[in-house]
Amino acid sequence: MPLVKGGKITSDTFVPVADDAALPEGADVLVSAARFLQDPNGFAQRAGKTGVIWPNNRDVDDLVPHLDRLAVVALVFPSFRDGRAYSQARLLRERFHYRGELRATGQVLRDQFVFMLRAGFDAFDVRKQSDAEAFAQTVKRYSVFYQPTGDGRITALHRRMQLRHSESAGL
Amino acid sequence: MYAYDEIDRTLVNERVSEFRDQVKRRLSGELTEDEFKMLRLQNGVYLQLHAYMLRVAIPYGTMSSQQLRRLAHVARRYDRGYGHFTTRQNIQYNWIKLVDLPDALADLAEVGIHAMQTSGNNTRNVTSDQWAGVAPGEIEDPRIWAELLRQYTTLHPEFSFLPRKFKFAITASAHDRAAIKIHDIGLRLHKNAAGETGFEVLVGGGLGRTPFIGKTIKPYVAGRDLLSYVEAILRVYNQYGRRDNIYKARIKILVHELGIEKFAQEVEAEWQEMRDGALVLDHEVVEDIRSRFFYPAYEKLPHMPDELKKAAHDAKFEAWRKNSVSPHKEQGYAIVTISLKPVGGPPGDATAEQMDALADLADTYSFGEIRVGHEQNLALPHVARRDLPALWKALDKLGLATPNVNLVTDIIACPGLDYCSLANARSIPIAQELTRRFANHETANLIGRLHINISGCINACGHHHVGHIGILGVEKNDEEFYQITIGGRADEKAELGHLIGPAVPYGDVADVVEDIVEAYLALRAQPDELFVDTVKRLGVEPFRERVYATR
Repeated sequence: MPLVKGGKITSDTFVPVADDAALPEGADVLVSAARFLQDPNGFAQRAGKTGVIWPNNRDVDDLVPHLDRLAVVALVFPSFRDGRAYSQARLLRERFHYRGELRATGQVLRDQFVFMLRAGFDAFDVRKQSDAEAFAQTVKRYSVFYQPTGDGRITALHRRMQLRHSESAGL
Repeated sequence: MYAYDEIDRTLVNERVSEFRDQVKRRLSGELTEDEFKMLRLQNGVYLQLHAYMLRVAIPYGTMSSQQLRRLAHVARRYDRGYGHFTTRQNIQYNWIKLVDLPDALADLAEVGIHAMQTSGNNTRNVTSDQWAGVAPGEIEDPRIWAELLRQYTTLHPEFSFLPRKFKFAITASAHDRAAIKIHDIGLRLHKNAAGETGFEVLVGGGLGRTPFIGKTIKPYVAGRDLLSYVEAILRVYNQYGRRDNIYKARIKILVHELGIEKFAQEVEAEWQEMRDGALVLDHEVVEDIRSRFFYPAYEKLPHMPDELKKAAHDAKFEAWRKNSVSPHKEQGYAIVTISLKPVGGPPGDATAEQMDALADLADTYSFGEIRVGHEQNLALPHVARRDLPALWKALDKLGLATPNVNLVTDIIACPGLDYCSLANARSIPIAQELTRRFANHETANLIGRLHINISGCINACGHHHVGHIGILGVEKNDEEFYQITIGGRADEKAELGHLIGPAVPYGDVADVVEDIVEAYLALRAQPDELFVDTVKRLGVEPFRERVYATR
């Protein structure tokens, strides 16, 4: 499935590795939460970057102490209708200041791209090729946002305040 | 009422374009029905028995005459010439075609009307008191806060795929006309000892398969903290609400399973992390929203104008005035309730012609503003008392002056099996028959305030659990049967009704209701003891005996 990063389809250097399989030498790997937590130091010491697939029905608290060693955190949408990963994403970005790649996986469809970006995802394991190709176009759908999220976009409430102040300042 | 600015309009237009693209991709097959269903629900589009149904939001029940005219236009142009006002201050069109929906939504967007999040597992229309801003004794206009919540909840990236639907209601009066206790979050606006505006926050109210009355999670949340506190509740719900069973997925189940104390602790822990963050509502922001609400420039008018004195001899006018006209906070003005419950008619419906005519009347008599309440009636909130006789004449010609507000024939009903694919039984014909049985206004006045609520299935869109008399359609051996409850209420003393006995067949329902009313008239302590108070005093037993004696 195409990986979209930086607004376009890119190649994915990360290799998903099953719990009982050996880690390929020097490769960037994506492993399950359970496997990672068994030996986080071990992962830190390997050559090759580490990414963790975190299930959507588990608090991110257990992952938080390790965030600065992770290149990728992959969150899961088992169905596009299951919105738990949106909360996990916001917490990781806004409360725990995670700065690495935050990847959306699972049933990742076009009509949720804007929500996902706003929640802090910056990489998308997109289900359909046509959706991946439409990414750049899709994210331009909205220019107005009512709520503050960690994406830094100014909210409508505050944009109005700005406009008011610039009006009264005669600008 | 709130004036949309460029920012609000842009958002609605962007939403309409997005939906147009989604419909196009559905019609071309690029989106499967499974992928499309949640997207269309998020735009208020249901697939019903006969056609698509569009549910359009009327935020906190307030609309302008221009907006009402546009609702009439949609009924006329894209539907069969009428609309149905719902128990959540929305309007529904029952016959709309999928291919026409983007155009209908674009027509509505031009006047600031939308259908965003009127369905789906997200946050729905924030409803309020239909007398907000004009009710005597109101603390302050709750619609300011309803608008802040509307904006906060619209296209919220974190909460657009909740375990299940989520409904807010807000009241600022001692008598709760917004039924906040049967909402997922209910807000009671009040002032603390220091005179600061804040909210009692209730959670976990809701009807349906497992009805609950909401519980207080926090007695006072300052206005400044409203959005962050709501975010904390939504986040706890989004993460821990059940997703394994759609009948156990509302927040009321989570609150019930954890217990309100534990739930409150979870929310408090989350809230403490973010209470001073970006969601703080500072005074300037609140006042900016308040400044965009239009309030009329009321004249200084007498309480008893000549026009009213002269009309007092007209018995028909007086019957209507006593029933449908309520006191206004401004001297010389009144709140007029427009009954959409004509004898023999489907409750809550209005034709496009009625809507257009009402828009004109609103312009002439109500500063261009109309309201809708959860009882499925409309209201004109700013009518000068001197204009009441002229207004009444006009309403009467339109069939909008039935003097039955809050009486036995002011029935709240869902669309039921005639329209809805979820229903077990019909509700509209039951309502129509009941209006015929009790058509005599003297009888209805003798009975007094009596709310009958009818739901065609357990989803309870007719709010039968909180009806003084509640009627629930069930299926038994492929026939329509109805369970009858009594003693429910939706106001500040909210309570669920009690079953009086086994379900009765379709043909018996009106007779049963007559029996219940007869029992009440015989048993009430005095004429002004309301039905619901008689039930409270005596319990279900005397009513059960009367109804089932010969059944």
